[in-house]
Amino acid sequence: MSRELLIIVAPLIGSMIAGLFGRYIGKVMARNVTILGMTVSAVLAIVVFFEIAVGDAPEIRQEVFSWIVAGDFKVHFGILIDRITATMLIVVSGISTLIHIYSIGYMEEDPHQPRFFSYLSFFTFAMLMLVTGDNFLQLFFGWEGVGLASYLLIGFWYQKESACNAAMKAFLVNRVGDFGFALGIFAIYMIFGTLDYAEVFQMAGTAQYPKTIDFIIFGASDTITVITLLLFIGAMGKSAQFILHTWLPDAMEGPTPVSALIHAATMVTAGVFMVCRTSPLFELSEFALTVVTVVGATTALFAATVGLVQNDIKRVIAYSTCSQLGYMFFAAGVSAYSAAIFHLMTHAFFKALLFLSAGAVIHAMHHEQDMRKMGGLWKKIPITYAVMMIGTLALTGFPYLAGFFSKDAILEAAYASHTTVGTMAWVMGMTAAVLTSFYSFRLIFMTFHGKPRDQHAYDHAKEAPWSMRFPLLVLTVGAIFAGMLGAPMVHDGWFKEAIILAPGHDAMANAHHVALWVKWLPFGAFLIGLLLAWVLYVKVTTLPKIMAETYLGIYKFLLNAWYFDKLYDKLFVRPAKAIGHGFWQTGDVTIIDGYGVNGIAATCGRIAQWFKGIQTGYVYHYAFAMIIGLLVLVTVYS
Amino acid sequence: MLSLVTFLPLAGVLAIIIAARNNAHTARYIALIVSLATFVLSLRLLIDFDTSTAAFQFLEESAWLPAFGITYRMGVDGISLPFVLLTTFLTPLCILASWESIQKMVKEYMIAFLALESFVIGVFCALDFILFYILWEAMLIPMFLLIGVWGGPNRVYAALKFFLYTLAGSVLMLIAIIVLKNVGGTFSIPDLMNVPLDFTLQVWLFLGFFVSFAVKVPMWPFHTWLPDAHVEAPTGGSVILAGVLLKMGAYGFLRFSIPMLPDASRYFVPMIFGLSLVAIVYTALVALMQKDLKKLIAYSSVSHMGFVTIGLFSFNQQGLEGGILQMVNHGIVAGGLFLLVGVIYDRMHTREIAKFGGIVNVMPVYAVIFMLFTMAAVGLPGTNGFVGEFLILLGGFLANKGVAVVATTGLVLGAAYMLWLYKKVFFGIIQSEEVQALKDMNRRELAIFAPLIILIFWIGFYPGPFLEIMHASVEQLLKQSDTIKAGTAAIAMY
Repeated sequence: MSRELLIIVAPLIGSMIAGLFGRYIGKVMARNVTILGMTVSAVLAIVVFFEIAVGDAPEIRQEVFSWIVAGDFKVHFGILIDRITATMLIVVSGISTLIHIYSIGYMEEDPHQPRFFSYLSFFTFAMLMLVTGDNFLQLFFGWEGVGLASYLLIGFWYQKESACNAAMKAFLVNRVGDFGFALGIFAIYMIFGTLDYAEVFQMAGTAQYPKTIDFIIFGASDTITVITLLLFIGAMGKSAQFILHTWLPDAMEGPTPVSALIHAATMVTAGVFMVCRTSPLFELSEFALTVVTVVGATTALFAATVGLVQNDIKRVIAYSTCSQLGYMFFAAGVSAYSAAIFHLMTHAFFKALLFLSAGAVIHAMHHEQDMRKMGGLWKKIPITYAVMMIGTLALTGFPYLAGFFSKDAILEAAYASHTTVGTMAWVMGMTAAVLTSFYSFRLIFMTFHGKPRDQHAYDHAKEAPWSMRFPLLVLTVGAIFAGMLGAPMVHDGWFKEAIILAPGHDAMANAHHVALWVKWLPFGAFLIGLLLAWVLYVKVTTLPKIMAETYLGIYKFLLNAWYFDKLYDKLFVRPAKAIGHGFWQTGDVTIIDGYGVNGIAATCGRIAQWFKGIQTGYVYHYAFAMIIGLLVLVTVYS
Repeated sequence: MLSLVTFLPLAGVLAIIIAARNNAHTARYIALIVSLATFVLSLRLLIDFDTSTAAFQFLEESAWLPAFGITYRMGVDGISLPFVLLTTFLTPLCILASWESIQKMVKEYMIAFLALESFVIGVFCALDFILFYILWEAMLIPMFLLIGVWGGPNRVYAALKFFLYTLAGSVLMLIAIIVLKNVGGTFSIPDLMNVPLDFTLQVWLFLGFFVSFAVKVPMWPFHTWLPDAHVEAPTGGSVILAGVLLKMGAYGFLRFSIPMLPDASRYFVPMIFGLSLVAIVYTALVALMQKDLKKLIAYSSVSHMGFVTIGLFSFNQQGLEGGILQMVNHGIVAGGLFLLVGVIYDRMHTREIAKFGGIVNVMPVYAVIFMLFTMAAVGLPGTNGFVGEFLILLGGFLANKGVAVVATTGLVLGAAYMLWLYKKVFFGIIQSEEVQALKDMNRRELAIFAPLIILIFWIGFYPGPFLEIMHASVEQLLKQSDTIKAGTAAIAMY
């Protein structure tokens, strides 16, 4: 087994042992096994990362085994590690290992620990399959695998109705995205005759494909536009982008480590990864790039507005994630893929940190998540407060912390793209940056400052155990230094062949030369947001309530996340049920069975009755019939 | 060899009659041993099967009724062999599943089951039309009895509906067979594949066969017998019904319609696609509203078979191989799901979804296995369901993008009803004492599922050996359907 394969398989082995034999080996053994598997994976991932990304080793390509062969259709399981994948490996294996360790403390009292750790490791395996695949079908394999893991983990506390519903919602909304993804894969195979990245990109790069494709009601359309937009639907589902975002906030029903790993650091970034991985295709369609930019920018702004008014500490961070993913997408949309991956990486650190420290708060507050019941906690849990503050500063773009480098790179690239949508994205992104700073500090102020609003819970609050503190500290280091260390990523050609830019798509190159005010404007946004949050939640604490009452309509609109859930319920869920019921009762029972099957049966019955009526048994009836028949025959043939 | 596989179960019937007398246990053991022996023998077929050729293998021929040109002719190729194996594989599992749940007339039940197995294998091996037809009809009798005698409260209605529905379809097939004999001068199936037929005749023959096969598949709107039959049938009956009997219709399309009536088959593609799409979407929506476990899975079967018919009529290698593989997959997965329903029915004697809830608390192993089959049913990569569905949709996309787009919505709807079912049955807190008292699966039950689970993953990760069996035959089939035998001008007319 090659080293690279071991990176992927080690978590799977841990997952299998914990899952299948958890009840025999006990919870301590089960979690140790999974952590061992994760550690092996993470250490090897770091080695590989240093070779490929820090050193200058060539990309790794391996074929593991042949998967499906039918006619000309051939797909194998393979491994491709270039600089994009190497970066993802660090993020996935590294953060997953930390979160496994964190979960020791967080899940201490849970009776189902083997199951939890098994799912968590299984998730990591699927995510690693997703990022290391060298063809579209393997990407899809990992894609659906992480979807399953996400479903199982959101619904981990299956006794809770809300958790089960959230799990189902996540799976189904993602399936809507997968619907597009699957069609995209079919289209790729139809056009290129292969699903292998290298072959597809090579043919696309040298324009060896039919330029147009007849696509159902759209008629003849640009081939690459159709393919990329279909793929992008998949990315929108997985990365919770506007329209397909509704599952992510509900996913917070899962345990907090899950939210940190799956719904912040790794799985939700799969869509961004996919777009960057397929940059050789996206680059060929201006229209698709425009769509990516618009959807990304809209999400960035939309989610930030909703985050302003949420009261559940995890929901605020969830909407924040959604918004940050939007940033990554519009970066990709303006062809700044390297900035997207860079932000993906830094975001993974500080967002995992934020979630885990929120978890530490929740843990300290005995599973209370409502910020309105918190307050003044900094005195009781100073370490958590400190690391969460660093996470917040990293997110909001405080100079020289992680987010400062990556978010600014994105905004500068959008500004430097000099296109209409690029500029629009820049404006929306800048507005969202103000909102980000506001909601992040609102969270800090409501949770840690002011007076305790629930004295009992406050009195019992205590700092998390070491197993939880250690990952927090490691992530804090990441949140501080990831930006500085990762900054070379956005320089020309760092990703080598992994990212291909079309001529003229030089937003990233130009971004380094924008005016000074553009570089420092995000810091201004940070200050404005901070100031507003301070005024509203520290200085004049009565003001938010007054504002909410004055603008009740807007407040409710934001609180209910623009009423998307209600809309979808009316638009899809209820009609589907009504139609299903109609098909069943009217279609099957009344029409097909009623008129058709049983109707025919009844008609046969009636005819038989009628014939039975003729068989009277009286000789003179038969004789009469015979005479009539004879007369008819004679008349006809005479 | 083929005859041995086919008639060994009938020998088992004799053995039960002679040896078992009134001892239920002896009958069970004889049935199990005989069906296992049949399975082992059929593996021999698999080992000796030459995958490089599309020709019929293990041929057997002897005069039967020479005056009428009827011959006893048997053989298998890469299209029929998977179904023979599926039948011999599922039957022992069904007998094991009926071990405790069937308590009345055990001897007769086992006799019916073995007879059914024998006839079904025969259907897939028969290369003479009359032999085929006789077996096709004969198979109805044991199935009718299985539903009508050992079924649920409404069993008589369901059994009659099943019987008459299928019989009505078969009558038209008989007419088509007789016409074929008059034109082609033989009942031999391989020979008839090479007889050129006029287009108009092809159309009529196609329609004759179509009704019969469409009822069996079942295609919308000929599907309403299936939910009733499934709900009333005992577990073993449901498994064999979903696992094997439904495949006979699609097998008919593959064996007769496509190679013998290629022009008409292509001509009717729009109709088949249309009905398949309706089946996929319509029955998935109906499944969403079901309150009975078995009914839900029955409707999902119709939806899944809609995928299969799209694959078969996409006329390309991916679609056809996907279609055949998906039939095998469906046999494993839907069969497994019915077995799983049987497990819970044996304990609670109800199938009403609302009566369950929170079962994962008391039957964790059962919950895990059910989850596995659920994921295979919704086509998660890594399970067999994915490989089949993916190949079908890929083939469908190559044939007609619009069809593939609509069919792919089935992925969403399929997940919706299966996850809803899972949530209602397994998650939540325990509501009733009955659920609280449930015991997890015993060893016999686990033994039934082990082989199914192995196959789910095997086909999911390494479908190569399974697809290889069909490669040559499917290629041959495509060639046959490509040769425009006659009536090219007639197509222009229509």
